[in-house]
Amino acid sequence: MAVAIGAVRVWRQSRILGQAALLLLRRPGAQGLTISHPHRQQEQQFSSLDDKPQFPGASAEFIDKLEFIQPNVISGIPIYRVMDRQGQIINPSEDPHLPKEKVLKFYKSMTLLNTMDRILYESQRQGRISFYMTNYGEEGTHVGSAAALDNTDLVFGQYREAAVGAAYAAKRANANRVVICYFGEGAASEGDAHAGFNFAATLECPIIFFCRNNGYAISTPTSEQYRGDGIAARGPGYGILSIRVDGNDVFAVYNATKEARRRAVAENQPFLIEAMTYRIGHHSTSDDSSAYRSVDEVNYWDKQDHPISRLRHYLLSRGWWDEEQEKAWRKQSRKKVMEAFEQAERKPKPNPNLLFSDVYQEMPSQLRKQQESLARHLQTYGEHYPLEHFDK
Amino acid sequence: MAAVSGLVWRPLRQVSGLLKRRFHRTAPAALQVTVRDAINQGMDEELERDEKVFLLGEEVAQYDGAYKVSRGLWKKYGDKRIIDTPISEMGFAGIAVGAAMAGLRPICEFMTFNFSMQAIDQVINSAAKTYYMSGVAAQHSQCFAAWYGHCPGLKVVSPWNSEDAKGLIKSAIRDNNPVVVLENELMYGVPFEFPSEAQSKDFLVPIGKAKIERQGTHITVVSHSRPVGHCLEAAAVLSKEGVECEVINMRTIRPMDMETIEASVMKTNHLVTVEGGWPQFGVGAEICARIMEGPAFNFLDAPAVRVTGADVPMPYAKILEDNSIPQVKDIIFAIKKTLNI
Repeated sequence: MAVAIGAVRVWRQSRILGQAALLLLRRPGAQGLTISHPHRQQEQQFSSLDDKPQFPGASAEFIDKLEFIQPNVISGIPIYRVMDRQGQIINPSEDPHLPKEKVLKFYKSMTLLNTMDRILYESQRQGRISFYMTNYGEEGTHVGSAAALDNTDLVFGQYREAAVGAAYAAKRANANRVVICYFGEGAASEGDAHAGFNFAATLECPIIFFCRNNGYAISTPTSEQYRGDGIAARGPGYGILSIRVDGNDVFAVYNATKEARRRAVAENQPFLIEAMTYRIGHHSTSDDSSAYRSVDEVNYWDKQDHPISRLRHYLLSRGWWDEEQEKAWRKQSRKKVMEAFEQAERKPKPNPNLLFSDVYQEMPSQLRKQQESLARHLQTYGEHYPLEHFDK
Repeated sequence: MAAVSGLVWRPLRQVSGLLKRRFHRTAPAALQVTVRDAINQGMDEELERDEKVFLLGEEVAQYDGAYKVSRGLWKKYGDKRIIDTPISEMGFAGIAVGAAMAGLRPICEFMTFNFSMQAIDQVINSAAKTYYMSGVAAQHSQCFAAWYGHCPGLKVVSPWNSEDAKGLIKSAIRDNNPVVVLENELMYGVPFEFPSEAQSKDFLVPIGKAKIERQGTHITVVSHSRPVGHCLEAAAVLSKEGVECEVINMRTIRPMDMETIEASVMKTNHLVTVEGGWPQFGVGAEICARIMEGPAFNFLDAPAVRVTGADVPMPYAKILEDNSIPQVKDIIFAIKKTLNI
């Protein structure tokens, strides 16, 4: 209760300041269970004659007016951004001032991903691969956040609870590692998101929960997925520092992730980043999104607010990129992907022996017997099988 | 008019029969319907027949279902009957159970049954057990040996006495695979003689190896967990009547130690399995199947018999609880039946 009221006050304040701020809803000075756990504070004050609440469950003042907290969905948590839609820095103090090579790496990663998506989507249509999911429109969230991590950090593409377990292990090992767990706004409805958030907070784990809010879970729009103020608003409910960013602004994503990483490791606490974006493509190759959304809506995001375009404008305005380089890079990236694809297609399939391994760390006897039986069978009848397509 | 409408409403079979008699000699082409369309038809007809029926799940409405099984249903029946849910299987399965309890007839669709594991508590504890529970049952008691024993990638152990418990948990902790340790809460307070080897810090009970608790010649009795004690009691009673039982404590459910069981059956020619879990698709069933697949089958002089828990949710009243798990008398009865004495 008290936490949420505090949240509303801070949100209003931050709007007044005209800046998005990381919502500080941990009790000041909280550094761990032993020092300032509210439970212990209350025990110290228990003999006080003041008419203050003594409940172990919440640290708050009394109020004598019946008042329900209004969920604020009309003007929700503000969206942090560094560039406007034309790629111009809005507040110079928020400019990360990244060197040219690094920003070019951002750009090339996003465009290479985009190229790979096009080629692989097509190849699924041609029957060369069985299934694919594209990243159209969300390249900024991937690249911006990944760029802010260290090479030894752990990335979970899902499994929120398991990510917390790994973060706990990293903390125990004093590993100077953060775990980042990516998920969509739809997956945030799963019970394990709730458990993950709660455990990350109570176990004080160095983890970044990175939610890509792209507007749809297959066809289910956010209006049917939740009624609150998105995912960022849930973080404070668990005692987690939270922020909402413009996912199509790669610098905003980068800044937020970088700061979250630094503090998560230094202070052993979780962070929640909700990156607002839009899924331009279909959910997967099994989906046709024209069934549930208008082409106009998709076109708006493709043409007017695309992470790649915004970064390109930034690069062009700095003179770090031009049309010729663009053309050359498009050709080169296409070639890179095609070569990798053809190389993968030429690779032989794994050795049939591997059918039996990795169920357990060691192979149990009945699987070993089956493996030996297959080996004997192939010795006698191998010529009837296309063994030349398989690794020796 | 009456004659025509009579013709229209007759089942297809009869109509074609009439046609056959009057006009044709060749049989009409058989109607081909895909499984997807058949399910769709079934749901459509039931939605039409009973307005308390409704469908809920992820992507079932405007999207026509992730596999298109609910195609056209939302268009026909609308938001009140076909409901898209947030991504929470445990959530909407629980809601389906609640709706059913309150008089509706929900169709709860899991996009794939893999996702239904998120909801297993709702399916088993809320849905399956609640009707019985509202009479006399406690819901949390059941044996999970068959459940976890079914899964490749898990190891499953089931200790009976103190020595088993210590040795197996040490082995489980040292094992680099996930291990399910099925401790039986009723055994926690029971003291057992603790041999000197077990007192060592390096004492381990190997996973995958059964123990012959009592040597015998007339019949093999295989069990795990608390029922092992009951089997030994039964063996003591039968010993006075001249029947010597060989009692095997499985110790590990997965990987099962079939060699020990087979060697014993080949010696005694008779088999009884004893478990606390439910009878269908259980540990005893697996043992019997494997006996049939192996060399010991030819040594059986009688069909193997399973002694199991009763096929009901665990009741609450003590006397019902006691009678819904195998008792010494049940084990003796099964042994005598197998031995035909």
